Amino acid sequence: MSAPDSRLDALGLLCPLPVIRTQDRVRELAPGTGLEVLATDPGACHDIRAWCRVHGHTFLDDRECRDHACGTDQAHFHIRMRVSD
Amino acid sequence: MTEQRKAVALISGGLDSMLAARVIMDQGVHVEGLNFYTGFCVEGHTHAIRDRKGAAPKRNNALWVAEQLGIKLHIVDVIDEYKDVVLNPKHGYGAHLNPCLDCKIFMVNKALAWSFMAEHGFDFIVTGEVMGQRPKSQRKEALPLVARESGAEDRLLRPLCAKHLPETLPEREGWVNRDELYDFHGRNRKPQIELARRLGFEDWAQPAGGCCFLTNADYSNKLADLWKSQGERDYDLDDIMLLKVGRHLRPDPRFKLILGREEGENRYLEGYRRRFTALRPVSHRGPICLVDGVAEADDLTLAARVLARYSQGRDADRVQVSIERPGGVGEVVEVAPLPAHELPAAWHIG
Repeated sequence: MSAPDSRLDALGLLCPLPVIRTQDRVRELAPGTGLEVLATDPGACHDIRAWCRVHGHTFLDDRECRDHACGTDQAHFHIRMRVSD
Repeated sequence: MTEQRKAVALISGGLDSMLAARVIMDQGVHVEGLNFYTGFCVEGHTHAIRDRKGAAPKRNNALWVAEQLGIKLHIVDVIDEYKDVVLNPKHGYGAHLNPCLDCKIFMVNKALAWSFMAEHGFDFIVTGEVMGQRPKSQRKEALPLVARESGAEDRLLRPLCAKHLPETLPEREGWVNRDELYDFHGRNRKPQIELARRLGFEDWAQPAGGCCFLTNADYSNKLADLWKSQGERDYDLDDIMLLKVGRHLRPDPRFKLILGREEGENRYLEGYRRRFTALRPVSHRGPICLVDGVAEADDLTLAARVLARYSQGRDADRVQVSIERPGGVGEVVEVAPLPAHELPAAWHIG
């Protein structure tokens, strides 16, 4: 899996804050940019997927992770999307 | 060819704002949605708190509505600015700590600022208000007041009750045909449901008690208790989040206990163990208990006894409880569960 162009830390934030932070970050990104969001709230996977559909961005995937190296000792999610052209 | 006009619709995720946006879209206006996150919204975070087992995956209703309508939705974080609305409502509170009228003025004003920014360039604002539907913010006298005090004036259009109100700019200019707007009134929801069916909607959210925790008596009592205990009317985001979670008991003005009521809440409260002293039963299964405030050794023993009462060891002679302070230093104590008659009803907040 290739590294994302941009990464957003939404760990510990509850929905809808992860999707709000994603929206604000995407506003600063160029079309075609890949973004990975890290979130502990499982609702973020659903919300970011829906938000991508509504705005025409490409939702790539989400996966659960327990690697402490990501900056949390809680189970969390890696959510990947690409900004629309 | 005439220029297509643009409206921004306040989208709560409920039925009325969905219908209002759709009615305007059907008149050929380009509509985008705006949703404000105040921190008190019932939407969202409660999904993370609720036990995941067996629960259907929850959706963000505002996003869901946007998808049904096929419009963009912009979600705006107003947590900090909203504090002034909650703490100093010019028009006072409703039945609880709900500043509904000030809230509506605030939101329309924010929508106005957002929508008339040069980069957005919208022509007017749409809301799903229905005259007389809500006791405070949708009274007949309140509707013109919201238009005036928000600064939106006649750029604020309420398609569901427009025929009860003076003509607005989009109607006067012919961007919107007044004849195709509605005259809904009062608390009866039938006209909205009929309109929804006519427009082809089969599903919509019906949040009990609205979309805001401040309209909830238990929640407002907990917020009032928070202000009283800290000696000032103020809050941060963690404060108002924690009020949504768990059983809150205040055995003493100096501290309160927050106990998870199910697995989802326990998981959520675990995230706060670096900020609060956290107690957990060791010898039996049971919830996590956070201690919010200043608690001495005797207080922690009492907290352990209360926790033991809510654990599976409630009928046991002794229950072992671990006490972990925010620094990570821990100890295990053995206590007798607090009998029911020693736990006054007055300790329960909410």
